[in-house]
Amino acid sequence: MGKSATRDAYGKALAEFGGDERIVVLDADLSKSTKTAVFKDAYPDRHFNLGIAEGNMMAVAAGLASTGKTVFASSFAVFATSRAYEQIRNSICYPRANVKVCATHSGITVGEDGASHQSIEDISIMRTLPNMTVLSPSDAAETRFCVKTAIETNGPVYIRLGRLAVEDVYAPDQKFEAGKGVVAKDFGDDVAIFATGYMVQQSLKAADILLAKGIKAKVIDIFSIKPIDRELVVSCAEKTGFVVTCEEHSIIGGLGSAVCEVLAEERPTKVCRIGMEDTFGKSGTPDALLKLFGLDGESIAEKVAAKIKTLK
Amino acid sequence: MIESEVLRLKKIAARIRKDIIVSVSCAKCGHPGGSLSIADLITALYFREMNVSPEKKDDPGRDRFVLSKGHCAPALYGALAVKGFFPEEDLKTLRRVDSYLEGHPSARTVPGVDISTGSLGQGISNAVGIAIAGKLVDKAAYRVYTILGDGECEEGEVWEAAMCAAHYKLDNLCAIVDVNGLQIDGATEEVMNPNPIGDKFKAFGWSVIEISGHDFEEIDRAFAEARKTAGCPTAIIAKTVKGKGVSFMENKASWHGVAPNTEQTEQALKEIEEAAAELEAAGKEA
Repeated sequence: MGKSATRDAYGKALAEFGGDERIVVLDADLSKSTKTAVFKDAYPDRHFNLGIAEGNMMAVAAGLASTGKTVFASSFAVFATSRAYEQIRNSICYPRANVKVCATHSGITVGEDGASHQSIEDISIMRTLPNMTVLSPSDAAETRFCVKTAIETNGPVYIRLGRLAVEDVYAPDQKFEAGKGVVAKDFGDDVAIFATGYMVQQSLKAADILLAKGIKAKVIDIFSIKPIDRELVVSCAEKTGFVVTCEEHSIIGGLGSAVCEVLAEERPTKVCRIGMEDTFGKSGTPDALLKLFGLDGESIAEKVAAKIKTLK
Repeated sequence: MIESEVLRLKKIAARIRKDIIVSVSCAKCGHPGGSLSIADLITALYFREMNVSPEKKDDPGRDRFVLSKGHCAPALYGALAVKGFFPEEDLKTLRRVDSYLEGHPSARTVPGVDISTGSLGQGISNAVGIAIAGKLVDKAAYRVYTILGDGECEEGEVWEAAMCAAHYKLDNLCAIVDVNGLQIDGATEEVMNPNPIGDKFKAFGWSVIEISGHDFEEIDRAFAEARKTAGCPTAIIAKTVKGKGVSFMENKASWHGVAPNTEQTEQALKEIEEAAAELEAAGKEA
């Protein structure tokens, strides 16, 4: 299995599917970082740089979409979703414009650029918007599927992507289903860990560590945060009776909240949310930051094992 | 433009002004002041300048209009109803829970509306997006028009969009700024002075034409010049009177977002009708 950043897979997928002439790609002076430049190299006439003006970019995207285009608009997650939030709300989501907001540099693994550039609230704010689909892939194969799904979906889609090169979870020919989670590992019924994005890889490491301690975990990749696979969330909770959520995002409003909403309504279950605990990130290498904020495989395993003890 | 054509447009504008008063009055809320100030501009667009009609509402080659100052929906809805996109009678349902006539233009529900607006500053960006699609992606001949308020020009996004339109040389785009000099909290010059708006657009690389927004001949000449202008977008800075056509609403910021009561409605309709009758008489004499 190889290693690549989901932003790289995004650029490649855009170029791969770019033969579809309805596709127009916008960027806000970050095309080399967001990798939309890969599409630009292949289809220069359908790529527009809108400069450092994210709000304008999102509303321009909606205008293009009104003429029948499938528009991808990219920037870093902080600027795409926070700076341009209201344009995404009123110009894109409200009229159900066919715009795909594909944001890279999400989470703390942005690394050295520090807290100003580490988006830890984008899932939360995108999830609350009516008509918005929210996808958060963990690796290259899943990212390709998300881009393909976005093109096939007529309406707003948010795709959350990362800067860091990460291990592949899936083989290139892995079959995914829109709106469905993936059971990435199933050691048993002691605990179900629902993870998204790069936390899938870290949770898989945690599951191995837990297994060595005699704790049998399942790891479920929730790449479709909205809609969420309610059936899978409930059935895993039923089997394990204890649920952990793991995300490179605030524990408020993101995957943890989405899972809690489903379980509170359908099958009340003890949940432990792992993520950024109502705090901003900081500068540092991605590995150092994961350790500092308890989001590496070892820290996750430790936390889950400690929680399980308190349950018994 | 021949006199009979000016008369035709003035009569349509009077009908749209009546529609504005009736719809806002029925809704018991809404924005009559700015709607009346753009009534002549929107009449010129829908009944002379733009290639749009209910029969061609999905034609990819049609001209596009974005009401960036979306709160003036009553003027747009009036124009669309008179044009035949939906029954004029329906204007009385404006803002009602069972109506498709949303308080601000809604592309999903109102026939003839391509872009949902209401949040100031975004409409001009939407128009830039359509103009990029037309000129640079589809190489289509259609033109894109948008009306902004002068208060709206306080929004930073307007200038992001202005920069972008000039950068991409969008000569298929024409933005009309309705300069009525008033915003909710008072005179634009006192609240947050956006002037000189024309100079700002010029500095951003636009062709700028300054006119009266109530003079159909000037409006017509400006649109003709915009159509001939190559290599850059055009901004028409139209000086207008907020509340134009209703004596007690004219130049009063307090009529920005308040509906007339029954007596005021009667008075307003009477004034508009009388002015229209005078036009008719003058037209017959001529």
